[in-house]
Amino acid sequence: MAESPFKADIERVQKEYSEKMTPGAIVYIPGSSVVNKTGGWRVFMPQFNREKCIRCFMCYTLCPEPAIYLDEESYPVFDYDYCKGCGICANECPTKAIEMVRESK
Amino acid sequence: MVPLEEVKKMELPADVKKKLTLPFEEHFYAGHTACQGCGAALGLRYVLKAYGGKAIFTIPACCSTIIAGPWPYSALNAPLFHTAFETTGAVISGIEAALKAKGYKVKGEDGIMVVGWAGDGGTADIGLQALSGFLERGHDALYIMYDNEAYMNTGIQRSSSTPYGAWTTNTPGGKKHFLEQRPKKKVIDIVIAHKPAYAATASVAYPEDFMKKLKKAQTIKGPAFIQLFAPCPTGWRAPTDKTIELARLAVQTAYFPLFEYENGKYKINMPSPNKEPKPIEEFIKLQGRFKYMTKEDMEILQEWVLREWDELKKKAEIFG
Repeated sequence: MAESPFKADIERVQKEYSEKMTPGAIVYIPGSSVVNKTGGWRVFMPQFNREKCIRCFMCYTLCPEPAIYLDEESYPVFDYDYCKGCGICANECPTKAIEMVRESK
Repeated sequence: MVPLEEVKKMELPADVKKKLTLPFEEHFYAGHTACQGCGAALGLRYVLKAYGGKAIFTIPACCSTIIAGPWPYSALNAPLFHTAFETTGAVISGIEAALKAKGYKVKGEDGIMVVGWAGDGGTADIGLQALSGFLERGHDALYIMYDNEAYMNTGIQRSSSTPYGAWTTNTPGGKKHFLEQRPKKKVIDIVIAHKPAYAATASVAYPEDFMKKLKKAQTIKGPAFIQLFAPCPTGWRAPTDKTIELARLAVQTAYFPLFEYENGKYKINMPSPNKEPKPIEEFIKLQGRFKYMTKEDMEILQEWVLREWDELKKKAEIFG
């Protein structure tokens, strides 16, 4: 698996919070939740079929994580570090280009 | 294949950006702790997309307290104020007044948005008087109630927003048929009775419509209120992939019609008032929380839905 794109953020969060406590326990780094790799919750993982995709951006729009990004040709790319495997993308895909398959670890 | 870290830094081509119906910038970060298929998390993502980083959030005790992340983490790229259950209306009033006193521009195209994001328990039950005060004083803020129809964070207890015939942990069904006996409280009607500048209902299944309403709430001066329908697969005992389908069916069956109230005028967005809405069974059969319902219960719920829908249509006709 590729290294996390938020690696620098994560290291910064862990270092800064371990060094000092803020007054009123204020959380001063926005978006520091990237530390939690919620991909471990997943039972079914989305599998993408590039041939069937019509690039309607439905999966990108409706992902609650968000764990779906768009690449330079605007095809969806799945971030398996954070995808919880809810299956909304597969259910809403108009051409059924996304399929949920049981993940074996 | 381009590696993921490259994709995340990528700028989209202009023609693709035009095709996208939502702003491309992401201000809601992955790694939040919502359940799989959470409607509230999706709603929060849309709000952050609409206002970018230029919003101050107030979240009382509700699922979103957890979704935003346990200390010391935050999933929002915006200032966030965690507050007590009943005080959302009061806190957004205070933040708005303080910003104005300090000379900041509140609301408008380039102003700061003050957003209260509360659940149905924190709005319809516990926070109702603070909400009423906020609307009456006319602060330039936005109150969003995300409606998942029970106290989901504490373990699915009934709220006044729970519909007739639903199972919750304190309306458990069983042999004595002890189900929710009261219809859903119409918070939006209570809000409209205050004559706010803007009030609307929205659904996570229609993001473009929701985005339009958020933009409208930003430009109109005065208090704004949006009731957002956010299905909860965990509490509704529904499959996690049916969140959007459920939200869509709730609109199509007229169980949760989308409409706007602006300058004393009603406007129905969806479903079409000229067409007969879908039967409520289609919405009910996907959910485990309605499995104890008998045929009579279903008729009572259907009758309530159609009665409320007729009432709304008449209002739109008279005050259209």
